[in-house]
Amino acid sequence: MKFGIVVNEGPYQHQASDSAYLFCKAAIEKGHEVWRVFFYHDGVNNATRLTEPPQDDRNIVSRWSKLAEEHKVDLVVCVAAALRRGIRDENLAPGFRISGLGQLVEAGIQTDRLVVFGD
Amino acid sequence: MLHIINKSPLGNVSLDSCLRVAKSGEILLIEDAVYAATRGNAFEARISEALGRLKIHVLLPDLEARGLADRLMDGISKVDYGGFVDLVAANKNCQSWL
Amino acid sequence: MSDIKKFLFVNRKPPYGTIYALEALEVVLISAAFDQDVSLAFLDDGVYQLKKGQQTKGIETKNFSPTYRALEGYDVEKLYVEKESLAARGLTEDDLLVDVTVLSSEEMGNLMDQQDVVLSF
Repeated sequence: MKFGIVVNEGPYQHQASDSAYLFCKAAIEKGHEVWRVFFYHDGVNNATRLTEPPQDDRNIVSRWSKLAEEHKVDLVVCVAAALRRGIRDENLAPGFRISGLGQLVEAGIQTDRLVVFGD
Repeated sequence: MLHIINKSPLGNVSLDSCLRVAKSGEILLIEDAVYAATRGNAFEARISEALGRLKIHVLLPDLEARGLADRLMDGISKVDYGGFVDLVAANKNCQSWL
Repeated sequence: MSDIKKFLFVNRKPPYGTIYALEALEVVLISAAFDQDVSLAFLDDGVYQLKKGQQTKGIETKNFSPTYRALEGYDVEKLYVEKESLAARGLTEDDLLVDVTVLSSEEMGNLMDQQDVVLSF
């Protein structure tokens, strides 16, 4: 089955990004495809490579980058939400790309299930 | 439909609203919503009543993280993230009550 | 018709206190370009998004409520409001700035069940 995921909250502040990541990992382990993860609202803050958590904490941003690299997951950051919050191509972590909100609607059309994680 | 709830019913109306609107289907309690699934919480009676018409599941890693795995109410099933994926796949659609 | 999906945008948060209502509306506007079957639902504090007479000058924030009236021009015409949510806030249909269909909780539940994609923010 093809899954689309929406992440509406930033890393560390809210559990949404962790839940979404663990859902994606489990879906892939079960042989499903995670076709796209769309980052919206403060969720765009998951995409900045400037994030530096303490060493004993998980690195939420690089975890997403690794998922994108290993499983060809398309990580899309909403351009309007990103510009509002200072996320741009210059500070984007590997595996993420900035694009329009149409990519979210497209994920709804192209996938079998769209799962939203937020506040 | 699978209804996904992520807030404690003692501080937020999401679960209450979901129970008002959803007459059938399944509910998955994740994140802070797992408190709803514990014995002795003030929302317990509402959950027991809803179990007659809805299947209710709880995400075990979230319940364990909050130190309440030994307080799970009867009638609620435990799932891991793989079980979460299965629930989404098995239902025609899903909704997160954010 | 089979490639047209039923999209429901569920709005349960009030405007201005957080950005969710505004950014949800932005997705709705974009979705109109995709020729899908789009509906909007308003429950709980989300019904406040549609309250007439919003004046935002004093908080130096854009008043986006007129956009709900413009949705018709984008062929987004199905707006549903839950009756119990209105009543719980002392509101009636006359307080809303756009024409809506008022549904009971049970009818709202049925509407949700019928969707292919349910988005909430």
